[in-house]
Amino acid sequence: MIIINQFIASYNYFIIIFLMIAGLYIVVARGNMIKKLIGLSVFQTSVYLLYISPGKIIGGTAPIINDNYTLYSNPLPHVLILTAIVVGIATLALGLSLTIRINEEFNTIEEDEIFNKEEL
Amino acid sequence: MQFEHLPATQILIPLIGAVFILASRKNIVIWATVSLLTLLTFINSILLYKQVSASGIISYAMGGWEPPIGIEYRIDSVNSILIVLVSFMALLVALYARKSIEVEIVAEKRPVFYAMYLLCLTGLLGILATGDAFNAFVFLEISSLSTYVMIAMGKDKRSLIASYQYLIMGTIGATFYVIGIGLIFIMTGSLNLNDISEQINNVSTIRPILASLAFITVGISLKLALFPLHSWLPNAYTYAPSVATAFLASTATKVAVYLLIRYFFDVYGYNIVFEDYWLSMLLIILSIAAMIGASLVAIFQNNIKKMFAYSSIAQMGYITLGVAIANHSGLVGSLVHIINHALIKGTIFMAIGCFVMKLNSTTIEDFAGIGKKMPLTMTAFTIASLSLIGIPGTVGFISKWYIITGAIEKGWWWLVISIALSSLLALVYVGRIIEIAWFQEPKIKENTIRLSHEMIGVTLIASITTLYFGLNTELTVDLAKIAADSLLSGISK
Amino acid sequence: MIEISLLFLPIVIPFIASIIIKALGGNKKLRELTIIVAPLITLLSVIKLYSLDYNIKLVLFEIMPNLEIAFSIEPLGLLFATIISVLWIIASLYSIGYMNAHKEPRQDNFFFFFTIAITIAIASSLADNLFTLFIFYELLTISTYPLVTHKADAESKKSGRIYLTILLGSSLLFFLPALIYTYYLTNDLTFTSGGIFTDAYANGDIGNLGIGLLLALFIFGVAKAAIMPLHSWLPAAMVAPTPVSALLHAVAVVKVGVFTIIKIIIYIFGTDLLFKTGGSEWLIYLSGFTIITASIIALKQDNLKRLLAYSTISQLSYIVIGVAMINPNAIVGSILHLTAHATSKITLFFAAGIIYTSTGFTRISQMYGIGHKMKLTMICFTVGALSMIGIPMFGGFVSKWYIVSGALSVSNWFVISVIIISTLLNTAYFIPIIYKSFSQSSSSVSYKKVPNSMLLATIASACLTIIIFLFPEFFIEVAKNVI
Repeated sequence: MIIINQFIASYNYFIIIFLMIAGLYIVVARGNMIKKLIGLSVFQTSVYLLYISPGKIIGGTAPIINDNYTLYSNPLPHVLILTAIVVGIATLALGLSLTIRINEEFNTIEEDEIFNKEEL
Repeated sequence: MQFEHLPATQILIPLIGAVFILASRKNIVIWATVSLLTLLTFINSILLYKQVSASGIISYAMGGWEPPIGIEYRIDSVNSILIVLVSFMALLVALYARKSIEVEIVAEKRPVFYAMYLLCLTGLLGILATGDAFNAFVFLEISSLSTYVMIAMGKDKRSLIASYQYLIMGTIGATFYVIGIGLIFIMTGSLNLNDISEQINNVSTIRPILASLAFITVGISLKLALFPLHSWLPNAYTYAPSVATAFLASTATKVAVYLLIRYFFDVYGYNIVFEDYWLSMLLIILSIAAMIGASLVAIFQNNIKKMFAYSSIAQMGYITLGVAIANHSGLVGSLVHIINHALIKGTIFMAIGCFVMKLNSTTIEDFAGIGKKMPLTMTAFTIASLSLIGIPGTVGFISKWYIITGAIEKGWWWLVISIALSSLLALVYVGRIIEIAWFQEPKIKENTIRLSHEMIGVTLIASITTLYFGLNTELTVDLAKIAADSLLSGISK
Repeated sequence: MIEISLLFLPIVIPFIASIIIKALGGNKKLRELTIIVAPLITLLSVIKLYSLDYNIKLVLFEIMPNLEIAFSIEPLGLLFATIISVLWIIASLYSIGYMNAHKEPRQDNFFFFFTIAITIAIASSLADNLFTLFIFYELLTISTYPLVTHKADAESKKSGRIYLTILLGSSLLFFLPALIYTYYLTNDLTFTSGGIFTDAYANGDIGNLGIGLLLALFIFGVAKAAIMPLHSWLPAAMVAPTPVSALLHAVAVVKVGVFTIIKIIIYIFGTDLLFKTGGSEWLIYLSGFTIITASIIALKQDNLKRLLAYSTISQLSYIVIGVAMINPNAIVGSILHLTAHATSKITLFFAAGIIYTSTGFTRISQMYGIGHKMKLTMICFTVGALSMIGIPMFGGFVSKWYIVSGALSVSNWFVISVIIISTLLNTAYFIPIIYKSFSQSSSSVSYKKVPNSMLLATIASACLTIIIFLFPEFFIEVAKNVI
């Protein structure tokens, strides 16, 4: 029972871990360059959750100073993750445009096929 | 104190410059502007260093928000020398760049390349200057993203693949790093490195902290190409434009090592990281694997850029080895080797850039007799190679001396032997090139492109610096000793 | 201040000369003038050093605390500097003749590196500490590499590779760690009479075994002394032009090797300490083994220069065995042999070079009857050979005498029997050459005229060999000052 209770109490972390591993697995296991980037995004998203979920306090409100409320959530994680999302989008955009260029040059975006053609 | 904003201007000069140079299309104008900007950055870094050595640690509150809430820029004896080093290399490579970029990059992409160059510099300087864990991540990504773009601009179409591979690996590394910070943040509620180091010993349970240590170590190790996380590096260095290779090889991995040193010795502290031997042993084994394995691979390369890319992996092994030995001499050795390796790899890749421009080839056999045709450049290359081996009279000798002393102090003789063995392997692959270049008759005809004077001049200056620092150790060893003292002051805590 | 600059002169003069040679480029007349004049001035500046005080010291750079590139004078170093500069004069004469007779290409390059190598050899003889000596030791390897590969054909490149790998490799693998460990233990590397290990040994930081192991690291690190099994670079280096083999591989390079070993044993470890710990005993057996083995290999050689190379390997170990015995007489013998071997071996190489220039012969089996036409050359060769064997009237006798008497006084029968056997072997490989050259000529050989300067140089060095026998007091005096 204790184990189950603990599990339920920190279920958010298990979701994060699941997403993390799933994302990494896709990056490693897939040869398609688009799919790799999708995996990378999933992996990064799990980190967003890692920051945001402990920042939420149940019953807390947004940190606006008002006499009616005494319990606030920490705003810092959200701000940080906003930055991280921007970084993630930039990475994804660059990755996708690289994939487009690769498709133009090699006529494929499968890593195996490229490695068969070219000696790296 | 009329220069109180120096830590901010250090980052802002290249950042703002990167935006403004996109306004011009003329290569020569952009090049002059970039050179001027990097010169300003370099001067700024020297002023900053002077300030630190005169009045101790500078804590600069970005935007007026006081730490630990606001972002703090913290300049001390460790990062001030590295800021000078990175700015100096940026200046040298920028001066070198003009002709090489004209030859290797098509006209419409040149302004973007220069902009990326400055952005990358911004990111690297930011990582060095900042005292905030998350801010360091942002700068890490700024430098990485601009690096991916620079690599993708290489002439060879394989540069796209190299860039893509690096993007995947680099992003995984950076994300690991963020995960580590997240765990620290959850446990301590702080992102300020200095603040974390004070709170880290008061946490309720040490487990998440150790997990964060593991994540951060792996994340940064990917960035610094620690064996076996190095697979992105050879292709990236090989297919990137010469200018990008010279700049990256001399700065990017070094900055990552700095971050690792900062976390090991300042944030976590010696006690957490090195109390149990497992981490230091693991690092030592990986470093030796890099020093010997990568050197062996380098011997069998036919592409000169790839050979020295593998050599870089081996040399990074020396640096992480000094960190893992974790005593005063070892750290001094590491810090000096960071300086040394930045200078020699900068020289070597700039020299290779000159050769490649003349020969249109990176195959080692084609370098036959190049010493007779380009004696000055080859001399610079040879001097840097000697420093790579660690011949006395060069900086490479000094840094090896300290790393070996560190190993002897610990009584690890097998380490001493591995270091010596790895130097021997360096002798083999470097010797091969020197022999071909100086003692064989030329095989292929070089093209008619004329090298610019500044290319040769800058390469020579960089190589002479390695000789100078080999004899005058005031600027290297003495500073590294002060830095190592401050890093190790936490042991007694 | 003036005295300090005097100390610097013997290093600066050859260095300037080398730059002049490089700057003159193709101007042959002026170049040859420089090549002749520079050694003379250098010798004068070395002689001037004898009047200086032993205490003065010139610090160039302080690299780390107590670790500096510095020069000072000391009897052994001074003697070595004198030998180098005297033989340099003779070798300069010889090489001008040789290079012209063979119409060698890239002569300016050749003489440039040649002079640089001399500069470095002299600098190492004046080194104030082991660190400085180490630096010049390494630089000497690098600067002589272009000389070994001067021919630039496949064979010389292969030899160059062996040369560089063994010499640089051994010093990086053994010498450098030993150096750093010594510095770590003693925080000092200055050559001090009585050694620098006294405190460390008294404190128990290093034991008897440690001393022996450290000495082994040093000995194997100094591969220039060609102690087996790290000797194979020397025969390989014989592809170089003869003047290079003569001066560098009979005098400068190998002698810097044994010089380093003598310095390490006497001034770093100290004879007392080695005597007490017995740390150098194994070295006696190893060098004894080298003496015999190298002589046996020499017996089987047909190529004259290779034979001389193996003879050098065996003779170098004489010097080492002398110091390893830690006996005053034997050490005097070693230091004498440093000189005697230098003059006799250079004579032999010069003679071999003349034979090659005149007839094109490199193999002993071709040399039947050449003595009739080349009387002077073969007489000089005989002088050198007899000195190597250790016949009275020649320098080699005096040094052997001292080494043997040292061995007798400690009743070391191993050393005595090694010397007796090796003397027999020396006789067995030198005498047939002399015999063959004076026997009947088998076929008609065309003799080319050899430049007079070559002959003159050979005769001069042969005379030096005899002078050492006649007036050994000076050398003995120096050697006694060392101990």
